[in-house]
Amino acid sequence: MFASYLLNAWIVAGIVAVVAAVVGFFVVLRGSTFVAHAVPQSAFAGAAGAGLLGAGTLLGLGVFSLGAALGIGWLGRRGRHDVVTALAVAMLIGTGSLFLSWSTEYAPEIYALLFGEVLGVSGDEIGVTALLGALCLVAVAVLYRPLLLASVAPEVAAARGMRVHRLETAFLVVVALAGTTAVPVVGALLMFSLMVGPSAAARCLTSRPLRAMALAVVIALGCVWGAIAASYQTDWPIGCYVATFAGGSYLLAQLLRWAVQLRHSTSSPVAAAGGGA
Amino acid sequence: MGTVVHTVFAPGFFSSDPVRLAVVTGLMVALVSGALGVFTVLRGQSFAGHALSDLGTLGGSSAALAGVGPLWGFVGVGVVVAGVMELFGTRQRRSRDVATGLVLSAALGLSALFLYIGTTMDSTTGVTVTILFGSLFTVSGGTVPLLVLLGAATLAVLTVLYRPLLLGSVSAELAAARGIPVRLLGLAFLVLLALATALSSMSVGTILSPALLVGPAATALRLTRRPVAAMALAGAVGTAATWIGIVLAYDSYRWPPTGRGWPVSFFVVTLVFALYLLTDAAARISTARSRRRDQDPQYPTAAPAPAGVN
Repeated sequence: MFASYLLNAWIVAGIVAVVAAVVGFFVVLRGSTFVAHAVPQSAFAGAAGAGLLGAGTLLGLGVFSLGAALGIGWLGRRGRHDVVTALAVAMLIGTGSLFLSWSTEYAPEIYALLFGEVLGVSGDEIGVTALLGALCLVAVAVLYRPLLLASVAPEVAAARGMRVHRLETAFLVVVALAGTTAVPVVGALLMFSLMVGPSAAARCLTSRPLRAMALAVVIALGCVWGAIAASYQTDWPIGCYVATFAGGSYLLAQLLRWAVQLRHSTSSPVAAAGGGA
Repeated sequence: MGTVVHTVFAPGFFSSDPVRLAVVTGLMVALVSGALGVFTVLRGQSFAGHALSDLGTLGGSSAALAGVGPLWGFVGVGVVVAGVMELFGTRQRRSRDVATGLVLSAALGLSALFLYIGTTMDSTTGVTVTILFGSLFTVSGGTVPLLVLLGAATLAVLTVLYRPLLLGSVSAELAAARGIPVRLLGLAFLVLLALATALSSMSVGTILSPALLVGPAATALRLTRRPVAAMALAGAVGTAATWIGIVLAYDSYRWPPTGRGWPVSFFVVTLVFALYLLTDAAARISTARSRRRDQDPQYPTAAPAPAGVN
């Protein structure tokens, strides 16, 4: 299980988990789960199409996910955000299906892009993933304070003279970057699970931003590494394990929170009123 | 004149059976999606609509594994997932989105497993692609009557629920004050949405299904604010986009690069998107003009659109 050819998988999954959890913290905080789902999915369509046309998977991923992010950011200024997201992702996937219809490749490649192929990662790919992941983390670190304020209290941020829309577009670009990092190795669907599950679980357990982020990273790492081990043992696809573990971690965290609240409310009603908020 | 008709409608268009089925299916799906889509946009549940049609993968793959007809897989999975979503969801939009996302991610994990088992069992490469990108031209003749029946039933239930649902969508507080069971109504709507997306993602594919649900409705709501008019307009826009898409896709068998035809979903999605952009631009221009007429220098340039216009 820890053989050298599997070492790449452990490393690359770790990188992706850290990036997904850090970006996912803001995704859950802002309630922009739909965007987190839409951007990797349209990236997948671009990669499937462009890769098969011979334009390079990473290029296709980058172009489509950036296109999705900027399009949603631009159109979302006026229209309702969720409507625009739904339309943009449909448009990009439609274009991807056009490319696919031109190519003559078979489904396994598409399946890998959708559900991940973490076990076949080469050394070169680790370098690219690490580079893009580091870029993502730096961007989040730079945006951290203004983005946190704009996410929690957009009115206050606007009153302070921040350009909330520009900040939002920047955040969308970070999501796109994270998607480009992760989709070739872990697949579009898995990336989405990793962004949402651990961060939602962490937010159940603590309300302090940095602590929640750290907790989300730990949970995400547990999810992917556990999934690799389970996938190695049973030979089932890794995507289904990551989704199960991520969803399970959220359920556990929610149960834990209820249990804590219940104990608080039986011991002292005042603390429960404060903790439940 | 004859050559124009000949150029637009490639030879054999009107006598082709797949085209006839596609035209009927497209009409039905566009009407049902348009009516439900107006509520989906008003209630801000585009993500739920998108997620439910994404789960077409789960429905299709589990039906293939269980050996039942795909329709039952789609409908069953859709209704179960809609129930779970409503169970977890709260009234706040942010946490509702997170709940939808979590349910979607878990369900996609399951569909990954089912698809994997499906492809390893009979190693047909087409299953994934067909389920994901399904096409209007592959609708089989047997499902069309069932499709029409279920679509009509959905519209009938929507008519019965119309008034309380509209009130609940526009102002949940007011509806609750009037004694309308808002939560139950939300569940009923989500189940209805699941049924409609199941029908449409089975017949037109999981790409087209959310586009037809949200796109025409958003376009119509830009043009009119009366719900019934918006529903009719959305149905008309969706039908027009679908039919033009069918014509273009049929023509595209003569186009480069492969001569195998371009996917019909691509044409329809592009048309829907272009229509939305057009009405968006028109609304933008008219707002700018009325703003100039008002001669109000204090008016903020980046003001959000008034509620309900979106």
